[in-house]
Amino acid sequence: MAGVAVSTTINGDAVEYLCQPDETLLEVLRDRLGLTGAKEGCGTGDCGACSVILDDRLVCSCLVLGAEAEGRRVETVEGMAHGDKLHPLQQKFLEHAALQCGICTPGFLIAAKDLLAKNPSPTEEEIRFGLAGNLCRCTGYDKIVRAVQDAANVMRGA
Amino acid sequence: MEDAVGILADSSGTAAILAGGSDLLVRMKGGFIEPDLIVDIKAVAGLSDIRETAEGFSIGAAVPSAVLGENAALKKAWPGVVEAARLIGSKQVQGRCTIVGNLCNASPAADSVPAMVAAGAKAVVVGPSGRRTIPVETVPAGPGRTSLAKGEIIEAILLDKRPPHAGDAYLRFIPRTEMDIAVVSAGVNLTIDDKGSVKTARVALGAAAPTVLLVEEAAEVLVGSKLDEATLERLAKVCSGACRPIDDKRGTIEFRRKVAGVLARRAATTAYQRAGGK
Repeated sequence: MAGVAVSTTINGDAVEYLCQPDETLLEVLRDRLGLTGAKEGCGTGDCGACSVILDDRLVCSCLVLGAEAEGRRVETVEGMAHGDKLHPLQQKFLEHAALQCGICTPGFLIAAKDLLAKNPSPTEEEIRFGLAGNLCRCTGYDKIVRAVQDAANVMRGA
Repeated sequence: MEDAVGILADSSGTAAILAGGSDLLVRMKGGFIEPDLIVDIKAVAGLSDIRETAEGFSIGAAVPSAVLGENAALKKAWPGVVEAARLIGSKQVQGRCTIVGNLCNASPAADSVPAMVAAGAKAVVVGPSGRRTIPVETVPAGPGRTSLAKGEIIEAILLDKRPPHAGDAYLRFIPRTEMDIAVVSAGVNLTIDDKGSVKTARVALGAAAPTVLLVEEAAEVLVGSKLDEATLERLAKVCSGACRPIDDKRGTIEFRRKVAGVLARRAATTAYQRAGGK
């Protein structure tokens, strides 16, 4: 089967790749581009571990075809830190120990980044609701919510 | 659009239409479908727009639920349809899933479908023999099956302009607080006169039969009333009686029948309040 040639932008960089028509964006990111931050949890859009931002919309990359990224902008967890300087969300996840096994963490970071971009001062309920598409089996969520609240404060300059 | 229809109509083997992909990619992953052809309709001009026209709203087939929720005019006119569309999946899924996809996936438990049917929504179908506009309730033919012919694509969903004193609402029962599939659901849409009596009504039930149910007898119960206790009780009874549900792990026949009535009653009350009734 002939591949599909795709030109897209990932974390601000122009990227070109060939993929199969039925290959997901998650598979392209991980297996073709070596961007293994996004994880495959369920592969059916239930767990959020593969979350990426596609043209300013939070999506599950397991539910997007690689070919659909043509001409669009993709943001993954790899684009959050600037060199050695962590994004405030990453920093606060560490400080609050908002992870244990870490599989869900890239998805939570991206989902939280999208949440704070649209709502810089979310209430606890808004954070819990906004992150309901991301499942974590370790933390019980409380530490994640606190990390996001703290990061929101930092990002607002409070 | 004509090109997309042509490609689908001329295809041999398994063809699939891709909009949000939140059902299609799951079915591909599970091995339930192996398409020889996937037509991504998101690039078709106009399909990603919500247009407000003299007749009402035209919602393009590629508009994701999240965008419906951001459209203030649509939310004001048809809050029930928007709240139903916003119940599908997570925030991640909301960024992709469409109400046309929800309709064409033809799950009896599709959230947006009873709300659209109650709203009297129409589907604009484009096919090899041209364009036709059909009631939404004629699209699902059974679980996972639609009445659409080979090469036909739903281009848009049409919702009427609202008269004064109109309201709609959608409710579903799930054992969690969110991100679940409806065990049973109800959509109600009504208009009332200056005195608060119901002028017109449409009542639809989801996950209560192989396809969405438009319960005309339930609408007749509401018309002329001010939603007094006796009317609501009759509404619930008629809706429970209209159900033809299945027994499965998510709910028994008995439970679905009972809850269908309860939800219809509550949705009617909300729709009535939204219409300005007291």
